[in-house]
Amino acid sequence: MSILTKIEGEFDSLLHHLNGKSGQAYNRLREQAFENFKKLGIPTVKNEDWKYSSLKGLEKYDYRLFAPASFSADEAKELPFAHLEGLQLVFVNGTFSAELSSPLLNEKIKVLDFSEAEKVIPEILNEYYGKGLDIEKEGLTALNMALSRQGAVIYVPANTTLEKPVVIRHLHKTSEEHIKNSVHHLAVIGKNAEAKIVEIFQNTGDYSSFTNIVTEIFVDEEARADYYKIQDENDASFHVGTTQVLQKDRSYFYAATFTVNGGFVRNNLNLVLDGEYIESHMYGLYIPNGSQHVDNHTLVDHKKPNSESNELYKGILDGRSKGVFNGKIFVREDAQKTNAYQNCRNVILSESAGMNTKPQLEIWADDVKCSHGTTTGKLDDDAIFYMQSRGIPKSEAIKLQLAAFAEDVVSQIKWEVLREELDILILRKLQS
Amino acid sequence: MLNISNLQARVESKEILKGINLEVKPGEVHAIMGPNGSGKSTLASVLAGRETFEVTGGTVEFNGKDLLELAPEERAAEGIFLAFQYPIEIPGVTTINFLKTALNQIRKYHGKDPLDAAQFLKLMKEKAKTVKIDDQLLRRSLNEGFSGGEKKRNEIFQMAMLEPTLAILDETDSGLDIDALRIVADGVNQLRSKDRSFIVVTHYQRLLEYIVPDYVHVLYNGRIVKSGTRELALELEAKGYDWIKAEADSVSA
Repeated sequence: MSILTKIEGEFDSLLHHLNGKSGQAYNRLREQAFENFKKLGIPTVKNEDWKYSSLKGLEKYDYRLFAPASFSADEAKELPFAHLEGLQLVFVNGTFSAELSSPLLNEKIKVLDFSEAEKVIPEILNEYYGKGLDIEKEGLTALNMALSRQGAVIYVPANTTLEKPVVIRHLHKTSEEHIKNSVHHLAVIGKNAEAKIVEIFQNTGDYSSFTNIVTEIFVDEEARADYYKIQDENDASFHVGTTQVLQKDRSYFYAATFTVNGGFVRNNLNLVLDGEYIESHMYGLYIPNGSQHVDNHTLVDHKKPNSESNELYKGILDGRSKGVFNGKIFVREDAQKTNAYQNCRNVILSESAGMNTKPQLEIWADDVKCSHGTTTGKLDDDAIFYMQSRGIPKSEAIKLQLAAFAEDVVSQIKWEVLREELDILILRKLQS
Repeated sequence: MLNISNLQARVESKEILKGINLEVKPGEVHAIMGPNGSGKSTLASVLAGRETFEVTGGTVEFNGKDLLELAPEERAAEGIFLAFQYPIEIPGVTTINFLKTALNQIRKYHGKDPLDAAQFLKLMKEKAKTVKIDDQLLRRSLNEGFSGGEKKRNEIFQMAMLEPTLAILDETDSGLDIDALRIVADGVNQLRSKDRSFIVVTHYQRLLEYIVPDYVHVLYNGRIVKSGTRELALELEAKGYDWIKAEADSVSA
């Protein structure tokens, strides 16, 4: 059975199970989205935006969508980041697990799974769900809209500060079969409200997982959102994720994406700055080795005047791994006095590893400050020798150098416990 | 302590050292002088174990060990220290962290327990005072954005921390004004002892007014062509290098 025929079967069966609920907002969008997907298909390298990242490997696996699986509380606790303080929302193979998640009692703030949200805050779903997404061009985003049944809906009303971070853990049980999932989160941060969200992707076992995820974040006027994405999955895993952000006047958004492990990773981070005096930050660190492939596509769309965006991505590539960075910055005609900075720096540790970088600036306004730079190089031999000459063995010297290289991305994490856990994972990876 | 015999080295296909002979005993200070391109810095680098240079002949014995068999970090652990002509900037690694790692690696090499943070900081404060280096500087990334004088002072500070038995100063005077030079020389002089030897590589006699050598050697065209005492340095200062070149060229011709 071809991969597309299989997906059609999955979609039919989903519609069948929806029964009477198909009138809901996000359900009404499904059929159109699926039609789009059928036209667009799974992207291939012929698509300019996928030129360096091939999904052909997906054909090797016979995936089971939303495969039921159980994680005991103990199992879930053994994984890194299990003890992050916050409202924990756990998704097992793409299905929300109330058992493993924190009880959601807070009345002022809604952190709900989808089916709950449609009962409690249908107006939020209607107003925001899928609104910023491009399902005309992105096949997998369309497929996500067609297939997703669940996701976290985080609604922070105006003038409210979420005291605890929202910790969304995606646990993929890949110890028995190849699994795939489609999850769609929605975060609406109201005027002058504040929230901190982290998404963590982990799997257990050697089978393949295919994650096709969309996270939409709306940051209203004067609101602030901090968003972390941490990926630590096995070499057989595929991850395609889109984080779509819309910012309003004087809002602040911060994103940090850490790809520690993953077979194939494609992260799309799209920021639309639809307001004035907005501040946006994007940080990324990827450290692939072996045959891992990590592709980060970012887009910042400055639509109005007086805003600032700042981006720093860093990569350490070993083995036969491949990295891709594509950073688009649009500064529209109205967006005078825009400041936009982009920087991507990479260290290549082996002859067979490779990195493709492409900054793409399109500027229609004339009074702007924009800069971009990409560098890809080897480790500094002089620095290694300098360290050796002080008694530090070569392998230690390399480790120290790499940790220092990663430091300016890691050190800006203000969330201490998260940073410490990440530090451990990164060091362990760099040692291997 | 150090016995260099007929040492030859090249970089790519270019012969740079063409048979160096030198013996350094404990507590001695040897100055190596010579015109630009004579091989002075190469000799310093080869002794520290830099891989860009290929040793093609000769032997170097250090405290009974075959130095050329050792990796750079093993040489450091055995007591060799090279003060770089151009100290390297390492963003993201503080001098403190760097030196703590280095010191504890050397202790590990000798089978000693690592110093804990408190012990290390105490030692560091003590040594920083001796070489008059500002604490604040040590909390910054190693050499990053340091002035020329600060970098050289940091080299001397590292030397004080690691307590080598043989310190090689590679053109430590280059790029320093007279005040910075004096501070660096004071630091070195404080570290002089009957067990610690120095090889001072310099182009100019100036540094030797402050660090007074026991012996002076002139390196020219990959060989030591003249050896003497401090007076030789003064003669070179007065007469330049041309007479040495002429003398050496006529011998080899």
